[in-house]
Amino acid sequence: MNEVTGNEIIHQYLRHNKKFPHVLCAGCGHGIVLGSLIRSVHSLDIPKDDVVIVAGIGCSGRLAVYVDFNTIHTTHGRALTFATGIKMSNPKLKVICIMGDGDALSIGGNHLIHAARRNIGVTALILNNNIYGMTGGQSSPATPSGSTSMTAPFGQLEESFDTVSLGQGAGANYVARGTVFHVQKLERLMCEAITKPGFNMLEVLTPCHTQYGRKNKFKGPVDMYKWLKKTAVPVERYQEMKEEQRGDRIPIGVFTDKGNPGLEERYFGLKKELLAKQQAAEGK
Amino acid sequence: MARRKKKQEIFALGNEAVVEGALIAGCTFYGGYPITPSSEIMEIMASRLPAHEDGVFVQMEDEIASMGAVIGASLAGRKAMTATSGPGFSLMQEHLGYACMAEAPCVLVNVMRGGPSTGLPTSPAQGDVLQARWGTHGDHPIIVLSAADVQECLEMTIKAFNMAEKYRTPVILLIDEITAHTREKIELPNPGDYEIHSRVVPSMPPEWYKPYEETVRGVPPMPPIGSGYRFHVTGLTHDRNGYPTSRPDEVDELMQRMHRKIDQFFYDIQLTEETTCDDADVVVVAYGSVARSAEFAVQQARESGVKAGLLKLQTLFPYPRRAMEKLLAHARTLVVPEMNMGQISREVKRVNMGRASVRTINRVDGQIITPSEILKVIMQG
Amino acid sequence: MKQPMELQRFEIRFSGLGGQGIITLGKVMGAGLALGHGYNVTQTQSYGPEARGGSSRCDLVVSSGRISFPKAESLDLLVALSQEACNAYYPYLKPGGVLVIESDIVKQPPTNHYLGLPFTQLAKDKVGIVQAMNTVVLGALTHLLPFTVQRVMRKSMEETLPAKIRAVNVKAFNLGHREAKKHFGESPEVWGVAPEE
Repeated sequence: MNEVTGNEIIHQYLRHNKKFPHVLCAGCGHGIVLGSLIRSVHSLDIPKDDVVIVAGIGCSGRLAVYVDFNTIHTTHGRALTFATGIKMSNPKLKVICIMGDGDALSIGGNHLIHAARRNIGVTALILNNNIYGMTGGQSSPATPSGSTSMTAPFGQLEESFDTVSLGQGAGANYVARGTVFHVQKLERLMCEAITKPGFNMLEVLTPCHTQYGRKNKFKGPVDMYKWLKKTAVPVERYQEMKEEQRGDRIPIGVFTDKGNPGLEERYFGLKKELLAKQQAAEGK
Repeated sequence: MARRKKKQEIFALGNEAVVEGALIAGCTFYGGYPITPSSEIMEIMASRLPAHEDGVFVQMEDEIASMGAVIGASLAGRKAMTATSGPGFSLMQEHLGYACMAEAPCVLVNVMRGGPSTGLPTSPAQGDVLQARWGTHGDHPIIVLSAADVQECLEMTIKAFNMAEKYRTPVILLIDEITAHTREKIELPNPGDYEIHSRVVPSMPPEWYKPYEETVRGVPPMPPIGSGYRFHVTGLTHDRNGYPTSRPDEVDELMQRMHRKIDQFFYDIQLTEETTCDDADVVVVAYGSVARSAEFAVQQARESGVKAGLLKLQTLFPYPRRAMEKLLAHARTLVVPEMNMGQISREVKRVNMGRASVRTINRVDGQIITPSEILKVIMQG
Repeated sequence: MKQPMELQRFEIRFSGLGGQGIITLGKVMGAGLALGHGYNVTQTQSYGPEARGGSSRCDLVVSSGRISFPKAESLDLLVALSQEACNAYYPYLKPGGVLVIESDIVKQPPTNHYLGLPFTQLAKDKVGIVQAMNTVVLGALTHLLPFTVQRVMRKSMEETLPAKIRAVNVKAFNLGHREAKKHFGESPEVWGVAPEE
């Protein structure tokens, strides 16, 4: 590995011909996720040409354009469908989807559960900021019950999704959760999510002060990071905790790790068998 | 179905012929969701592609996902297609627009059944013609082809792939339930019988490459992702580098080029077939299975002394204006039979501009327009 | 071998109940006429739930020349294997057209001009498999139609069917052909054409 500092690494991976400034607000956690992603790819020594970033729509969707990989900014909720086509077409590519909570869990919920079920070899990063940020702060399926948003001015009545249980229920190969406060852990999780076979899902809690925090009693972005620090506990510790100790705590870490081969691996295995059979039949 | 190798003749469904055509054209990716009456295309692809040297088949969770996967495969360098019908076609409109914007070549076969909504799943119709042209939002160019019989299903599928690759655009092939579900004897072409086109890939070094650059043809070269050309693809309006822009000059350049690349190649794209049109007083303008009824009716009209002709539209959009202009020099009457309430007849009237009298025959009861219905109108002059 | 007969739109409809093998019958015959005999053929059929239960229909248009209109409208031959099908489609039989029925099932033929055989019973008794009924019909029709050649049709059928069920179908085919010869008379007479020199 090269002996370079964090910022220098990032500069190697940003597009030099892309006009800045970027679209993200001050205090947004998305930049930390993108930084982690770059450092993970760098530490794993994956060539830039082999990395495909497939992003959905929303604040998270805009991350793709800044990095010097193969990048595709798709439609709202559908990143995984494009990713499936790409991975099946060329399994040697590392396909990483960046999606938001509204993106992956609401409009793209169907694609998410089916990508998990068919175990396509794609890394799904779900950047959960509990809100629709780009469109102006409307409720998402991850907006906690009781909090307020532009479409729930009197308080959110609906329950929110637990992304991890959803992924586990749908049969995802690898399910993990991290936060932008716990950056070193996030990078470890991201490296695993990129290298493990099959469908790997990593939820990242990333605060949005502009659209969520300031309407829900967070004084500033720093408050939200402090909240993450206080609330998140390693899953190992969480499991040992008694029900009453758990309260609002959110477990982070690895929840599922099956290591099953991805769909593309099984498909091309099948193809090999079929072609061998054909050849044998022709040989007769 | 029954195959005979020597003669290369098969007795096949229209849907089977689509698959044969696609494989001849070099299709190596199918992503789809089953729906009547297009399902045979998917079923046959499911058995052919995995056993094909380089074929990939995926069954997706819905039609939105199908088109997403097809575009993904296209960006990864494959010739990709999907097939659907009515309700599924509505769901595909979202990504059809993305394919236009990202200029991702792909082929979408829509086997038309009765609508609106779930409609008549096993009956023919031609109600999706204007949806094919204008179904996805925004001002976009698109190519829409049609096929009238089983042999044409094979040929037009090959042409659809060729046009998609040449012009970096989605191409829609509209067939109807009758054509899809009719078995006929067709000839399989030998290798080399058809010209097969593939997209132009860049020859310049990656650092010089601009994915959406203005070129003479209006069609920028397109490398498969992962081949060393790293660039950005987006559904947002973009500049030559593919980066989002809202600068009016850059927006206008993109929109103009997207339209120009299709419009300027009208002679290659706008396909028609004429039958006894040279001296015709009455010309039937028809497409799809209705063109077969029309052919029978025109033949009967000729036998009883009426100078009738048939202009069969193989390309529906961009509308083959020039082929019709030529006929308007002598045709007094245009007859437009369609299994809808009048969709292509709008185009006919637009080009006609009041010169000939236009008579429409419209049928929306899930039944094909018969030769006798058309003959009756031809004989009225 | 018979010279290929010049045909101008000869229309055949097979009709009956779902499960009788109507569609397979049409497909096998269509493939035989198209690939074996060299005619132009279009085959259309009923789709949807009715193809698996209830009524079933399969049409062939056979012609020496190009077929424009692909659907059958005015039938030269109607094969009705159920009473309902016979009632529904008899009106489409053109004057001089031939009606073939399953005589055990179609108890009330709409005319006294028909040809009938107990196809189902024949398949059950002499082939041992009731499912081979459609092939018995195919054999009988091959005798009946003046432009079909027994050997060619049988070969074509063998090529279309999976190996596992080939032998039993050949048996059924030959049975149908034999029975038709015995009960229906010589083919040209049926169609009112002069016997070949």
